Amino acid sequence: MQDNKISSQLVSRAKELLSSGKVQLVIGWRKGLFDYDVTPSLFTTAEDIENNFVYNEWCGANLSKYLVKETRKIETAKDTVRMNNKMAKMKDPNAAEQPEPQAKILVFLKPCDTYSFTELLKEHRINRDDVYAVGIPCDGMKDPEKKELSERCTVCKSKKHVTYDELIGEDGSVQDSNRFDMVEKIEAMSPDERFAFWQGELSRCIRCNACRNVCPACTCEHCIFDNPDSGAAQKVAADDFEESMFHIIRAWHVAGRCTDCGECSRVCPQNIPLHLLNRKFIKDINELYGPYMAGSDMETKPPMLTWTKDDANPGVVNTRDTAGATQCNCNGGR
Amino acid sequence: MKRPTNPKEQNNMEKDALIPYIGVITDIRQETGDVKTFRVVGRDGKKLFEHIPGQCAIIEVPGVGESMISITSSPTIPDYQEFSIKKCGCVTTWLHSVEPGQEIAVRGPLGNGFPVETSFKGKNLLFVAGGIGLAPLHSVINYVRAHREKYGKVMIVYGSRSKQDLVTYKEISEEWMKEKDFNVCLTIDKAQPDWDGHVGFVPTYVKELNPDPSYTVIMCGPPILIHLTLAGLKELGFKDTQVFTTMEMRMKCGIGKCGRCNIGDKYVCKDGPVFSFDQLGELPPEY
Amino acid sequence: MYVLPLSQLDALFETIGSRGPLYIPVDNNSGKADFKRWENGVQMSKALKTVRSAKDFFFPKTENLVNFKMNGRKIEVEDPRKELEDFVVFGVRACDAASFAIVDDVYINMKPVDTYYKNRREHGTVVTLACTDPAQTCFCKLYDIDAADPKGDVSAWMADGNVYLQPNTDKGNRLIDSVKSLLKESDSKVVESQQNVTREKISNLPFVKLDLTKYSGENMLKIFNSKVWDSLSEACLGCGTCTYVCPTCMCFDVRSFDTGDGIKQFRCWDSCMYSDFTKMAAANPRLTQKERFRQRFMHKLVYYPMDHKGVKSCVGCGRCLESCPIHMNIVKVIKTIDETPDQPEGAK
Repeated sequence: MQDNKISSQLVSRAKELLSSGKVQLVIGWRKGLFDYDVTPSLFTTAEDIENNFVYNEWCGANLSKYLVKETRKIETAKDTVRMNNKMAKMKDPNAAEQPEPQAKILVFLKPCDTYSFTELLKEHRINRDDVYAVGIPCDGMKDPEKKELSERCTVCKSKKHVTYDELIGEDGSVQDSNRFDMVEKIEAMSPDERFAFWQGELSRCIRCNACRNVCPACTCEHCIFDNPDSGAAQKVAADDFEESMFHIIRAWHVAGRCTDCGECSRVCPQNIPLHLLNRKFIKDINELYGPYMAGSDMETKPPMLTWTKDDANPGVVNTRDTAGATQCNCNGGR
Repeated sequence: MKRPTNPKEQNNMEKDALIPYIGVITDIRQETGDVKTFRVVGRDGKKLFEHIPGQCAIIEVPGVGESMISITSSPTIPDYQEFSIKKCGCVTTWLHSVEPGQEIAVRGPLGNGFPVETSFKGKNLLFVAGGIGLAPLHSVINYVRAHREKYGKVMIVYGSRSKQDLVTYKEISEEWMKEKDFNVCLTIDKAQPDWDGHVGFVPTYVKELNPDPSYTVIMCGPPILIHLTLAGLKELGFKDTQVFTTMEMRMKCGIGKCGRCNIGDKYVCKDGPVFSFDQLGELPPEY
Repeated sequence: MYVLPLSQLDALFETIGSRGPLYIPVDNNSGKADFKRWENGVQMSKALKTVRSAKDFFFPKTENLVNFKMNGRKIEVEDPRKELEDFVVFGVRACDAASFAIVDDVYINMKPVDTYYKNRREHGTVVTLACTDPAQTCFCKLYDIDAADPKGDVSAWMADGNVYLQPNTDKGNRLIDSVKSLLKESDSKVVESQQNVTREKISNLPFVKLDLTKYSGENMLKIFNSKVWDSLSEACLGCGTCTYVCPTCMCFDVRSFDTGDGIKQFRCWDSCMYSDFTKMAAANPRLTQKERFRQRFMHKLVYYPMDHKGVKSCVGCGRCLESCPIHMNIVKVIKTIDETPDQPEGAK
């Protein structure tokens, strides 16, 4: 329950860990002007946490991605000291060694956030030693505009915390959600209906890149859309075609790594249900390669990165889709 | 002067500053290993537009890219404009591969130019440049030569990596050095057998020459040259108000609208690229 | 002033819509409002404001500037513009209407004139609609914008089951003339009493009394160098959401597209928040998100006013408060700078 009781538990635990020196930095949510506009934030003092930290039903933001940048800073600081020590030793073998700065970041992770965290660890984007992860309970987050439970929370897939150093509250279990219902509904549409549906949604896109920038699976150092030589850019193109392509390309790029955290749809200023594209991929991967949920553990090999002789052949998608399904009139583009 | 219209006059829409002129490259001279000077006129054989020394133009190669380049020729030349361009990116590499007769798209004139009719009039002028940095100053220097009586003594301190990298060396040695009251001081970074001139970096040379603070200074070159030379000049008693430079910043529209080159309350493409150092001192250090 | 019953609104739209494109705020399938072209049967949204501002009509998200055809060594240039149809935008709120003047000052009043923008402005007739139920996130009054008396070619109020219309310009008069048959003359008593109620509501909104006096040219470097920018920008994702929904953000990029049959040069919305905004081959003066974040707010609060007689480049529409994925916005920036001890004092 993210009521005041849990919030104050988080506050006192954070202050405790900070004051004891066990962590040097806390990533959490900062109070806003109203109750719903909380901002992910770094806290470095107990006072700041006491006055400004909050955990309530508006804390939908997934904090795991910030760890990529913050742990990188810590590792760079350590590397710099190591290098300086080495250079000093080369000049004078008796030179005193500077101690490496130790820093740990306390981060509060809701169950769905722990999936992203685990996936990022699996991909070596976060240095595990620099993080002290505290799993926190969650009863669902609300949508600040509709003031009701977010769609993604109504089909919550898991209350289980996958990776953590400490838990506040009880751990939960994987839920029996019907999160693929809407996907199935779209699958059941005729190709023309489906095309019209997605055209209607994606035509509102303004290429703000909020979805890409918030996505924990999108951590490429140099995104293809930021590379002028790729021919595509991270902004509106000459015509509308690229708006649709951008989202499909991005869904392909994160396929098999998307943890279905739903952040992409939460942040879209035009309320495009982007998570449905990703869920379609997850559903297909489940059907073609066996059930797999990215971020649900550190051991399972991701199906998109492993090949076995029994893997579904590319032709199976065509067979599946043409069997009994209505053909569209595009004639394969010919 | 009436701006020439493009041969294909479209609808009767007002011509927009974002729509370029078509220029024809009529002459290409190799200056150094990686610098060429391109002579450009309109399809009617006349200049594309008038300009003030220090102004720039955006040269566009459709399908390749566009680049903001200083107009290196003085406006006192009636028939053409020239651009000295160093080969270092897509557009410039493409330009270096073409022959005379090639058409390019040009938007200009852009920028504020140097205050040749105001702050510089009657003053002694010290030009300090490094490498291709001479290009924007080239226009001013030739303007000064064409109106010699309006200006005082002229000192030019110009340096490059080697003798082969001195841009417009022929013009410098055959014309500038012979100009009345022109003190032309060249330097190269490292000694070489066919050079008996000064050897050393430009900032050091400037200090050695010990110019007196009556000079108005115009500088252009790599940032390190600018920083060190300015520091040296300050030691010699020069003030920020009398030192000018031309700034480089990412630009797109060139007309102060797209916001890219905005620093403080200025747009480098419109309120600059020429600034005095006291003007720069008032801006946030984002350049 | 003129009046027509609210039940006749569809007839009004039909009459205007028959002469040329008419755009009204319409609810889309996500439940929010966006300007859409009116067609028979389309209902006007009751939302307070649209997700994107009305700047889209004059400064669209993408616009073809010029076409090139390469012919051996020759280049053909084509201005692709066609004569624009006159169009009407109905239901623009006071905040968006005030933003037009801010963008006009750069695109039209600063030479050279941006003729693409000017052309659209000349062909567009703006009918503004007064607000009656401002949101907590609204703060237009901070910039002396009166939501109960919006500017525009025609101002409209919906009160007492009626729509009241007041033409303010020649264009507005022409529009009113074209629908005169539907209208009756009216005094402004009902409108005035609605305005009083609205203004009372607005004066009680939380952000209409922020102190902006310190944002001046003299304090530019002091605010620039303040330490608050680190904490303000730490969560910023560097997306362009705030920029694109903001009615006064007007930065663009100029890019080329090879159609296979020539080059299309177009301009598109761009954001100073993007990492490549000031990137050059040699260096990038705004290397981290902090610098880019600071640039946007310094531009809105200090740089733009320095060049434009103290007018801030913000109209208090509240869109950034609602759209930012991590809930950072201009109000938080102003308040944080306010509350930091080493900040310059505003004039008292």
